[in-house]
Amino acid sequence: MYSIKTDKLTKKYGDLRAVDNISLNVKKDEIFGLLGPNGAGKTTIIKMLATLLKPTSGFAEVCGYNILSDQDAVRKSIGIVFQNPSTDIELTGRENLDFHARIYNMDKDVRQERIDEVLDLVELSDKADIFVKNYSGGMQRRLEIARGLMHYPNVLFLDEPTLGLDAQTRRSVWEYVKRLNKDEKITVVLTTHYMDEADYLCDRIVIIDHGKVIAHDSPANLKNSIGKDIISLQVADGKNFLNTLTAFDFIKGMELHDESLYESLYLSVEDGERMIPRIMDIAHKEGVIVQSVGLRKPTLEDVFLHFTGRTIRDQDTGKKEHFQRMVRERMRGTR
Amino acid sequence: MKLHFNAIYIIWLREMTRFFRAKSRVIGSLAMPLFFLVILGFGFNASIRFSDIPPEIDYIDFLAPGIIGMALLFDSISSGLTVLMDKQFGFLKEIMVAPVDRFSIVIGKTAGGVTTALIQGILILLISLVIGVKITGVVGFLSAIVFMILISVSFVCLGLIFASKMEDMHGFQLITRLFAFPVFLLSGAFFPLDNLPVWLQYLTYMNPLTYGVDGLRHSLIGITQFSVTLDLLVLVCFSTLMIILSTYLFSGIEVD
Repeated sequence: MYSIKTDKLTKKYGDLRAVDNISLNVKKDEIFGLLGPNGAGKTTIIKMLATLLKPTSGFAEVCGYNILSDQDAVRKSIGIVFQNPSTDIELTGRENLDFHARIYNMDKDVRQERIDEVLDLVELSDKADIFVKNYSGGMQRRLEIARGLMHYPNVLFLDEPTLGLDAQTRRSVWEYVKRLNKDEKITVVLTTHYMDEADYLCDRIVIIDHGKVIAHDSPANLKNSIGKDIISLQVADGKNFLNTLTAFDFIKGMELHDESLYESLYLSVEDGERMIPRIMDIAHKEGVIVQSVGLRKPTLEDVFLHFTGRTIRDQDTGKKEHFQRMVRERMRGTR
Repeated sequence: MKLHFNAIYIIWLREMTRFFRAKSRVIGSLAMPLFFLVILGFGFNASIRFSDIPPEIDYIDFLAPGIIGMALLFDSISSGLTVLMDKQFGFLKEIMVAPVDRFSIVIGKTAGGVTTALIQGILILLISLVIGVKITGVVGFLSAIVFMILISVSFVCLGLIFASKMEDMHGFQLITRLFAFPVFLLSGAFFPLDNLPVWLQYLTYMNPLTYGVDGLRHSLIGITQFSVTLDLLVLVCFSTLMIILSTYLFSGIEVD
């Protein structure tokens, strides 16, 4: 059973394909993540699904309702927390929720009860009657989440729910999201460019880059798909060393990245702890000077790097020219 | 097209809440028309006689309905500003994503703008009475309210039309003022239109506010240039057209 299905969904602005043939599906009651750098098209997808933008072409269904022909039914079944603030700061928290309840045509008795319920859920009950302009950023965010939940939506969209929040507030937003997904049996679709957020929260994700889907699976499967452990080496002459290493079977994959002052070599191996001494041995024999070495389990960052050839942060800064070569033949051969 | 009364009510209520919390707005928008009324009214009263105004009517009595029309015009049209503010502060997204017909949203917004304009119009009328403006009576007062509502609906919707096509609040204020001044000056608010040059007379005939001011003047002091029926007819047609047009343009708003 799917909450959302899209087929070749496309949005063009002039010649720019902000969203390019996106086909994805979101299962009922899961937390689904749209992950990608800023400007990848995540928000545009959400806006189309929420009926705020009309797609240029393609098909999409939310809770079984077509986003073009059944707008009102779609609007009734979704809640949305926008990336930028969208509360009325001249009203109190409770007044904002009351506005929402009435515009969604909720009955009076249900309304009062539900307002208290969602306020309680996001721990704002004692702040309900002060003006939103006196709320902190985290409180405003929580109020927006509460508001998105008011009318018992089946699907809740969260567009960059923790953008601009401090680490502690981020953590607590994550906990709310997890809890309401479980307690309220609600499908959550969130966009984020934080890899750790997607990893921690999402049951499944799509990675989006330049408006296209580049991967669509669970975080665990995506991480497994690029190998086990990652050993990173900073070396003076990475290219030569890379050529040397191609002779060794225990290395399942390699990527070389030129970073301004040094070259970084990423090796994916199984049982990384045991492999470090072997690699150091090889380096020693070849006379390669290793400046530093690191070992880590793969993250979604590596997945993104693997599929796009750059890190998600490179795109965020957008300026740094990144020159990289990838050697993948071996990886494909051995798997 | 379906009316969502709960939505209309809450959109209206929000406008009211915000209006009454912004005291400076009430006072600020009352001050300007009152300056005009008092200074022009008493100033011209003493020294100038318009040949088209019957001798038994003072200039300030003639001016008062015009000033009410002016206050309604400026206040109504600037209510489009609340849409732009909602755009800027993100609240418009909350409204647009709700399962509510766009027509109901326009009706709610219009009801809010009309109510605030009407409050100001009535306040100015009451203040005029205090400073000595003479009106015909209670029936006239009630019929004036009908005209006030029609004028407000027309120009609130016009303000929404401007707002649905614009992003910038300062730009909006400039453009609407640029638009509102000739409308106000050519409405016969200050002077009778009978002896104007013919080309200017045609311009005034094309101006919906002319019929509003004429209707107000008929209701309050009993003189009229056209007939009340014509005034009503023009205003009802114009305001209906404005409602339809603003609903159409509002439906086309895509919010980012």
